[in-house]
Amino acid sequence: MEASQFKSNQYVKFCPGCGDHAICMALQKAMAEVGVPTHETVVISGIGCSSRMPHYLNTYGFNTIHGRGGAIATGVKTSHPELSVWQMTGDGDCLAIGGNHFIHEIRRNVDLNICLFNNRIYGLTKGQYSPTSPKGFVSKSSPFGTVERPFIPTELVLGARGTFFARTLDVDMPTTVNCMVQAHEHKGASVIECLVNCVIFNNGTHNWIADREMRAEHSIILKHGEKMIFGKEKDKGLALDYSQGLIPQIIVVPADDERVLTHDATMQDPTLHRMLAMMGAEGDTSLPIALGVIRDVAAESYDEAVNQQINEVRDKSKAKTFDQLTATLEQWEI
Amino acid sequence: MQKQHVVVRFCGDSGDGMQLTGTMFSSLSAILGNEISTLPDFPAEIRAPQGTLGGVSGFQVQLGTGVYTPGDQADVIVAMNAAALKVCALGSKFNQKGAQWEEKESMFKRDAVIIVDTDSLSAKDLEKALYQTDNPFTELGIPESVQIIPVALTQLTKEALKDMGMDNKSVLKSRNMFALGLVCWLFNRPVDKAVSFLEGKFQKKPQLIAPNVKVLTDGFNYGQNLAMNIQTMNVEKSHELPKGTYTSIAGNKATAWGLIAAAEKCGKRLFLGSYPITPATDIMHELAARKDMGVMVVQAEDEIAGVCTAIGAAFAGDLAATSTSGPGLSLKGEAIGLAVMAELPLVVIDVQRGGPSTGLPTKTEQTDLMQAIYGRNGECPAVVLAASSSANCFDYAYEAAKIALENMTPVVLLTDTYLANGTGLWRIPQLSELPEIKPQGVLEEHKGQYNPALRDERGVRYWAYPGMDGYEHRNIGLERDAKLGTISTNPENHQQMVLARQAKIDQVANQIPLLQVQGNVDSDTLLIGWGSTEGHLHAAANELGCALAHFNYINPLPTNTEEVLRKYKRLVVCELNSGQFAGYLRSKFEGLHIEQYNEMTAQPFAVDRIVNFVKHSL
Repeated sequence: MEASQFKSNQYVKFCPGCGDHAICMALQKAMAEVGVPTHETVVISGIGCSSRMPHYLNTYGFNTIHGRGGAIATGVKTSHPELSVWQMTGDGDCLAIGGNHFIHEIRRNVDLNICLFNNRIYGLTKGQYSPTSPKGFVSKSSPFGTVERPFIPTELVLGARGTFFARTLDVDMPTTVNCMVQAHEHKGASVIECLVNCVIFNNGTHNWIADREMRAEHSIILKHGEKMIFGKEKDKGLALDYSQGLIPQIIVVPADDERVLTHDATMQDPTLHRMLAMMGAEGDTSLPIALGVIRDVAAESYDEAVNQQINEVRDKSKAKTFDQLTATLEQWEI
Repeated sequence: MQKQHVVVRFCGDSGDGMQLTGTMFSSLSAILGNEISTLPDFPAEIRAPQGTLGGVSGFQVQLGTGVYTPGDQADVIVAMNAAALKVCALGSKFNQKGAQWEEKESMFKRDAVIIVDTDSLSAKDLEKALYQTDNPFTELGIPESVQIIPVALTQLTKEALKDMGMDNKSVLKSRNMFALGLVCWLFNRPVDKAVSFLEGKFQKKPQLIAPNVKVLTDGFNYGQNLAMNIQTMNVEKSHELPKGTYTSIAGNKATAWGLIAAAEKCGKRLFLGSYPITPATDIMHELAARKDMGVMVVQAEDEIAGVCTAIGAAFAGDLAATSTSGPGLSLKGEAIGLAVMAELPLVVIDVQRGGPSTGLPTKTEQTDLMQAIYGRNGECPAVVLAASSSANCFDYAYEAAKIALENMTPVVLLTDTYLANGTGLWRIPQLSELPEIKPQGVLEEHKGQYNPALRDERGVRYWAYPGMDGYEHRNIGLERDAKLGTISTNPENHQQMVLARQAKIDQVANQIPLLQVQGNVDSDTLLIGWGSTEGHLHAAANELGCALAHFNYINPLPTNTEEVLRKYKRLVVCELNSGQFAGYLRSKFEGLHIEQYNEMTAQPFAVDRIVNFVKHSL
C-alpha cells in the first residue's frame, strides 16, 4: 500500500515546525508498510495536540475525551481483535489524566500500538508543565519552576510489566517508521515514546539529541541482534562495568572493545532494558539516549485470551441460545 | 386459617443461612402456585461478630395472591438468635437503650407468630445482643397477642443428625432446615414437595441431601406434634397471573438476561465494561458467567474505563453496556457525554443506592433521577428508562438495548437495590415473542462518501463501524459540522446540532407505549410514581380506591402524559427522594398542582404510610 492512501482530506493543523507533522507522515508510511487496509485500521486518541492525529489519517478514527483513549482503544481491540488498533496520546493525556488506563492497558497486554508523543509540555492549553517536565521547569503554571519529580515513561511501562517499548525522535523518520512497524508486529501493548518538539511552548527541549551536530554523539539506535555502537565515526560502544559494587553500570568503551554489548530486545528480564532506557533520562549527558526498539518480548495478549476463553466455554456448553439458557432455570407452570 | 397473602421474615446471624432458607421457602411457595415478592436485607459488613446486632441478616417474602410487594410487616417471624429477635421487634430503634416494641417500628404485626431458637437465648447470647435483663420477651415489650413458638432448634438439629457422623459445625449449619421444616408445617406445605425440592436443589452435592432432608422432616414433624394451640395457615394460590412457565428472578439477573436476549435478537455481540460496585455487581457476575452466550465482559480498572471500554465496543459495532451505581454514574458522566456527542448506542445501567457520596451502599433510593436526565456537561440529552419490578428489569434492559441500537443514543436504565436484590415471579419468554430489534445501519449509496453526520428521516445518524469498507470516518467528542461531520466551531452550526441531538431523543416518544392509568381510573385522585415503587403504589391505590400513573419511560415521557395528568383533580407524586420526579413534571407541564409524598429513609415504601398520607393530607 501507499502512504497517500492513509492521508485524509483534512488540512493538517499542527503549528508550523511542530514535531507532530513528522510523526503524522511516519504513521502514514508505517501503516502503508504494514499493509492492513484502511477500513480495518482504527486510530483512537484522547485530547491534546497529538490527539488530533486521527483526523489526518484516512482510517476509522475516534478523537475521544481527555485521558480515556487507552480505555476506549481497549474496548475496540478486545471486542474486535481482527482490527489493527492505534492509540495516539501525549505526555499529559497519557501520563497525567490517563495514567490509570495507561498502566492497565500495558498490564493486560492489550494488542495496541500506543504512540506517546512526549514534548514535556501541555501545548493545547498553552503551556503548562506536564508529568514529564524536568524538575525546576518554568512554565505558565510553574512561574518559579516546578517542585515535582517527573515521570520517566520507560519506568512506568516496565513497572506495569510492559512487553514492548521503543523510543524515537521526531526528526528521525526512518527509526520512527521502523519502530511503528515493529510495534504493529508485536502482539500486545506496544509503547512508542516519540520525542517531539513543541516549537511554541517548549522549543528545543530535545535539542541535545535532536540537533544534527550532536545527535550521533548523544544517541544510540538500538537494533535487536546488533552491537551497541554509536558516535559520528561509529567509534564508541556500550558495555557493562561490574567494578562499581553490586550493581553493574553502563559505560562507554571503544567500538572494538570485546565487551561491547549486543542488543537483545527479547530478554524477559527487564533489568538491562531499563538501564538502557534510563540512559540520559535524568539529564545526564555522559551516556547516549537509547532510541529504537528497546524491549520486545513475547506474551499472550489480553484480547486474544478473552476471545479464546469465550470460544472454549461456548464450545463446551450445551446451552448456546437464550431459549436454551432459560430452559436450564428452575421453573414451573402456572 | 385461610389467607389471601402472608408475610414471612427469616432473621438470623449472617452465617445462619437466612438468605438460602428464605429463597427456598419462596421458590417452594411459587411452585405451589403462590405469587411471591422477596426482599433480602443483609448487613453492610461481610462478617460482623457472631450473635451481634450488626450481624443480623433478614429475608422477607410475601406470598399469596395479589402480591405486589414483599410486605410491610411480617405475619410470621423466624428468629434464629437473640439479636435477630431484637432487631425484628424494635426495627430501626434496635440499638436504642431501653427501646420497646412499637407498632409503627416493629417488623412484625401485633398478631404475628414468632418461631424462636431458645438455645440461642443463653446469658451469653443476650449479652452479645445488648439485652439488659434475662427475659428478652418482657424486655422488648412484645405484646401478648404475639404468639411465640419457642423451639430448642439447636438441640433438636443435633438430635436429628446424631447418627450422620457429621462434625459439629456442619450440624449447626443445618439449623435453618429445621426452621424451614417448621415453616412448611405452619403453612400446610406437603412435606414431600419440600423434600423433592431439596433433592433438586442439592443435585450437584448429593452428600448434602440426606442430612438436610432429615432435619427438614424432623422440623415438620415437630410442628405437627406440637402441643400448642397454633392455627396453621393456607395461603391462596394466585388467581391473577397469566398462564405460562414461571421462575423467580432477582432484578440484577433479569437485567443481565434482558441484555443477553437483546443481543441475540439483533445478532450483535454483547459487551459489558464494568467495575465492581454495590449493588450493581451481580449484573457483571451474571454476564461474566455467560460466555456460553458469547458475552464479553471487561472488568475495567475503574468506572470511567468501564464505560469507555463499552464506548470502544460500540464504536466497533457491538451492543455495548456498562453497569454501575450512583457514584459510578457520576464518574461516567463525561464519557456518557462523549457517547451522546459521538451518537453511539450505549446502555448505562444505574442500580441506585442511598447517596450522596458513598452514602448507604446496601440500601435503596430513587435519588439518581436528575443525574440520569441532566448530570452531564453541556446540553446532553439521553434516553432514561426505569424498571418497576425485579422481573420487568428484563423487559426494560431489553427495551434500553433496542432504543439505543435503533436510535444511536445512550440509554440510562434506572433500577435500585430493592429491585436488584429482590425477587419476583418472571414468566419466561421465548426469544421469538420479544419485539424485533433493528440496529441502525448504513446506506449503500453512502459508500465512499460516508460521514458521521449523515442522518435518516427520523434524525438518527447512520452507523458505520470498523471493518466496513468504504465507510472510513473520524468520529469526535468535539462539536461536528452538521453536514460534513468534521470539527466545527461555527455558532449557527452548534445551535443546529444542539437542537438535532434533542430532536433525536424527543422522537423516541413515538416508539414507546402510551401511559396507562391503573386502578380506579374514575377517581379524582391520581397517585404518580416511577421506577421501583410500582408494587407499593399499586397496593396503595387499590386500598385507597384511587388511580395510579406509573412511569417506566422518563425521558422522553409518553406522549399522553400531560393529557392524563390534567384529567385528575388531585395529583400525588410519591417517590423515595425529596421530589425529583415531581420537579421534573412541573418543569415539563406548566401550572400543574402537584402534591408530594417523599421518604428519604433509604428503605422501600410501606403501603400503610402512603395510604395514611393520601387519606390525611387532604
